Amino acid sequence: MKTHPKKEIRIICELPLSGRMRAHLDRAPISGYTMLPAIGGKGSEGAWSREGLVGDAGQMVVFLIILDATELEAVLEDLYAVISNQIGIITIADVEVVRPERF
Amino acid sequence: MLELAAANLLSPPVLFFVLGFAGSLAGSKLTLPEAVAKTLSLYLMLSIGFKGGVAVAGHGLTGEMFAAIGAGIVLSALLPVAAFALLGLMSPLARVDRAAVAAHYGSISIVTFVAASETLRGLGVAFDGYMVAIAAIMETPAILVALYLAGANRPRQEGESLFGEVLLNSSVVVLTGAFVIGAITGEKGMAEISPFIVDPFKGVLCLFLLDMGAVAARGIANGSRFLNPGLVAFGALMPALSAGVALAIAWGTGMSAGNAAILMTLAASASYIAVPAAMRLALPEANPAIYLTLSLGITFPINLVIGIPVYLALARWLLS
Repeated sequence: MKTHPKKEIRIICELPLSGRMRAHLDRAPISGYTMLPAIGGKGSEGAWSREGLVGDAGQMVVFLIILDATELEAVLEDLYAVISNQIGIITIADVEVVRPERF
Repeated sequence: MLELAAANLLSPPVLFFVLGFAGSLAGSKLTLPEAVAKTLSLYLMLSIGFKGGVAVAGHGLTGEMFAAIGAGIVLSALLPVAAFALLGLMSPLARVDRAAVAAHYGSISIVTFVAASETLRGLGVAFDGYMVAIAAIMETPAILVALYLAGANRPRQEGESLFGEVLLNSSVVVLTGAFVIGAITGEKGMAEISPFIVDPFKGVLCLFLLDMGAVAARGIANGSRFLNPGLVAFGALMPALSAGVALAIAWGTGMSAGNAAILMTLAASASYIAVPAAMRLALPEANPAIYLTLSLGITFPINLVIGIPVYLALARWLLS
């Protein structure tokens, strides 16, 4: 099957920040994104888990964005402005997609 | 006082909290799924807000109510300043961390309020339904004061959206909205939904506090390395100081013992739902492990187990 190269931005950030992230993503030149709940984990400030929590603080979410390489720099700069002071991880990866027109 | 403390300690909600706390410390994986915990929390807000609204519908708007609302706003604005100053004396925290902790102690824990309400009802101590409105009002002024304490000139990223995000958090919306609906529909509305919001209330509170006990113990286990003896002492002393200030205000405004005990509980409690989320947005440099562990792991259990009966005993002693 023929595949096509694209870029993937993966951002793990705190749930309270997700509204701002989504507002920026909705304005970005991308066709869509996916938001996933993170169940738990451990970082420099200790372990965390979303189980049992009633507030948003202490919970993390994952954003997955697949986009064309030509848009990467602008989108990344805009999202980094939101997350730069916050707890979180941003990674960029080369991925292959089968339906390039969707991204 | 001892009789009150024993009655509180041996009540089902407190014992379920202790079970969750002890079980989690012992290594049990006891916990509720996040969606269930949030649903139970919203149920408690809806129930307590509606009951308060119905009570206000029965008595109408009174001067005492507006005086109590004023007292709540003053407390929520003053307590962060006191907490900020006390933290400066007790622990070498960065300014932004002190401000973030101060916001939590100026705001309130609605679950502590619910537990206090149930204790008072169980003991037959009357308090006014409008105290729910004061709980809702006291959620947010402390955030404003804390942002000022953190440094009025610090750059704020997207600060304009913070208030929408804080004021529209689900607990404030449901609590305030249910209060208004209860006030509009009154006793007739209560008769229609009381099988849902009155009868199961205490059982739901037990289940919720079982989970909160486990969450509090996990918070201590994970966050204790960020606390020093000064911070732990602050988490224990600040509720007493806040309750003392609230008692003085209650005495000055002529509150009943029941209302005063509720106001003291609100003042002594520290937020762990609305304010932590607001602080992650407004003061991201502040370490969340410090304020969440203090609020949920130290102050919440102290208020629930010891504080509530002590506040009630003091209010009765001074105001009855």
